[in-house]
Amino acid sequence: MAWLLILVPLLAAALAFAVSSPALRAWILPAVGVLHLGILLLALAGWRALPATAWFGLDALGGWVLLVISLLFCICAFYAPAYLALRPDRDHRVLSTCLLGFLGLASLLAQARHPGIAWVAMETTTLVTAPLIYFNQNRRSLEATWKYLVIGSVGIALALLGTLFIAYAAHMGGLEEPLRYTRLVENASLLSRPWLRAGFVLTLVGYGTKMGLAPLHTWKPDAYGETPGLVGALLAGGVTSCAFLALLRIYGVVAAAGEGAFARELLVAFGMLSMAWALVFMIRQSDIKRMLAYSSVEHMGILVFGIGIGGLAAKFALFHLAANALVKSVLFLSAGNIHRSYASKQLPFVTGALRRTPVSGWLFFLAFLAITGMPPFAPFLSEFSIASGALGTGHLASGAAFLVLLGGIFLAMSETVVKVVFGTPSAQRVRTPYKDAPATTAPLIVALGLALVLGIWLPRPLQAMLDQAGASVDGVPSIGREARR
Amino acid sequence: MLPDLLIALTMLSNFSLVATSRVAKAIQFAVLQGVLLGLMPLAMGLGRHFHIVLLAVAAVTVKGWLIPFLFRRALKQVQIKREVDPTVGYTVSLMLCALGTGLSLLLAHNLPLKPGTEYVLMVPASLATLFTGFLLLVSRRKALMQVVGYLVLENGIYLFGLLLVEDMPALVEAGILLDLFVGIFVMGIVINHIRVAFDSTDTRHLAELKD
Repeated sequence: MAWLLILVPLLAAALAFAVSSPALRAWILPAVGVLHLGILLLALAGWRALPATAWFGLDALGGWVLLVISLLFCICAFYAPAYLALRPDRDHRVLSTCLLGFLGLASLLAQARHPGIAWVAMETTTLVTAPLIYFNQNRRSLEATWKYLVIGSVGIALALLGTLFIAYAAHMGGLEEPLRYTRLVENASLLSRPWLRAGFVLTLVGYGTKMGLAPLHTWKPDAYGETPGLVGALLAGGVTSCAFLALLRIYGVVAAAGEGAFARELLVAFGMLSMAWALVFMIRQSDIKRMLAYSSVEHMGILVFGIGIGGLAAKFALFHLAANALVKSVLFLSAGNIHRSYASKQLPFVTGALRRTPVSGWLFFLAFLAITGMPPFAPFLSEFSIASGALGTGHLASGAAFLVLLGGIFLAMSETVVKVVFGTPSAQRVRTPYKDAPATTAPLIVALGLALVLGIWLPRPLQAMLDQAGASVDGVPSIGREARR
Repeated sequence: MLPDLLIALTMLSNFSLVATSRVAKAIQFAVLQGVLLGLMPLAMGLGRHFHIVLLAVAAVTVKGWLIPFLFRRALKQVQIKREVDPTVGYTVSLMLCALGTGLSLLLAHNLPLKPGTEYVLMVPASLATLFTGFLLLVSRRKALMQVVGYLVLENGIYLFGLLLVEDMPALVEAGILLDLFVGIFVMGIVINHIRVAFDSTDTRHLAELKD
């Protein structure tokens, strides 16, 4: 099972590269998406505790993150054929290959039980996602790709150094290879503290760059702004989740070593900074995709903030991963539809989306309400729980600041969103043939529906999985305990 | 003694890198540094491990032959001015590099080495090289120079990796080789696209996207 999750998408990527018919190739994406999700659900249903010596396999945390990524991929994949048909001028051989390659590598990352393998998977995800940003092949997307590559590579290089530092911490403590997470967590007390701390700082900066935490997010608005909404959705919910998972694994080791307090302070600080930075750049943002990129910076901040608070907030940070991925996919894909319809994504030109593309306009508006924490959508549940977790554990100042920042971001975003959605479409703008069709809106409706359901009701198996994942974040080994959920 | 000499030369080449005003010279220094570091495992007496010798050979081949080859090709194709075009002056760059080296010594002082390790200069030199790479990345405008910066940064990581390579070969080797691969192939490809799109490899052209 573990290998199928990795191999099926990778083989499909090779197939997509070989197939010459664009229409046929586009349909490989949803087929593989469904297949991957099916295999994953089967694997999770028959889930048993991993042996401590396993190099690969799903634990609760990895399973949860991969479930989010797989679901997100499915949504984007069903949107893809109709979208790609709208862009007949663009060859999507590379795009399809890289999208599938990303899914395979994300499966590798989620199942890796060794920090070195996780790093290799993260590095290769950077490689396969770079061509996605260059899809439009113009100067602007080239600039975005260059920034993504340079900044991302530096980040990933720092993460490698951090991983080596942690390996040296283990080496000092007399631990030798294989340094699987399980072994690191169990023998965490042996690790050399100075190296562990330095290693955590480096991995936080490194993987934080890939997540897009401020002030390391500078590639993000450019990359998300210049790619199709389809890719933006996968980057914002998929690649960032991978980096977050890699960081969480290291954090688990640090917490198990008793250095959790030090790490948590850093996480809270990075989280607040990201939210504040995003707020500043969202005010009067005239480019809708760049606004969504800053929203992504904000939500990455919320994730690490929740982990930094710990306990209930950490568990709901993991829940927020799913909530954010689902709602962001609706936002990016509907923004993509609006972009198609107006042939622009800049504010003075894009107004009155409700009249021109009613379905996409409504979806964009509802998803905006959802992402800023309007009940009963899932982000409300997670943001509310993270805030109450912070206030309940005595983090009064940071909890209050968290709420103030959320409020500010709502106001900042609403100014742009209201202008885009309501109002009258400017008459002089060229009309494009794009019209909302079931093929370009149905996947979004499903995603938003899922976000709504998750906000009200979490199925019991998922609840149990989330509980265990939340516990393993703080360095409690999820392996070797009661196996069954 | 040989390893210490190589480390000292590496740190000297850091200063030469930030002080040079020519792209071609900077590439030469980066290549020299890469080759020096590639020889490091042999100087450390790790030549008895076959896989480490392979790593050294791979590092020397890639950094001493493949990279200069790609760089030369890029330089020849692009009729650019040969200056590195810094955003920070050479004197300031040198001072920053010295400051970074000092900080690295201070930082490394707080990171204890495993008792019995003879290469005490390795960690500070690695951090200083890392810092130099950073400096080049943020303060030079040419896309080629940014790749040089990345290469130097990677050299710093490689140097640290050598501390661990005997005990954890798979982790270190996989990491370093993959890192090199990204630095060269992917960035090389993108540089080629930049050249085609803009007829130059000056990243100042890449300044359309901003808030």
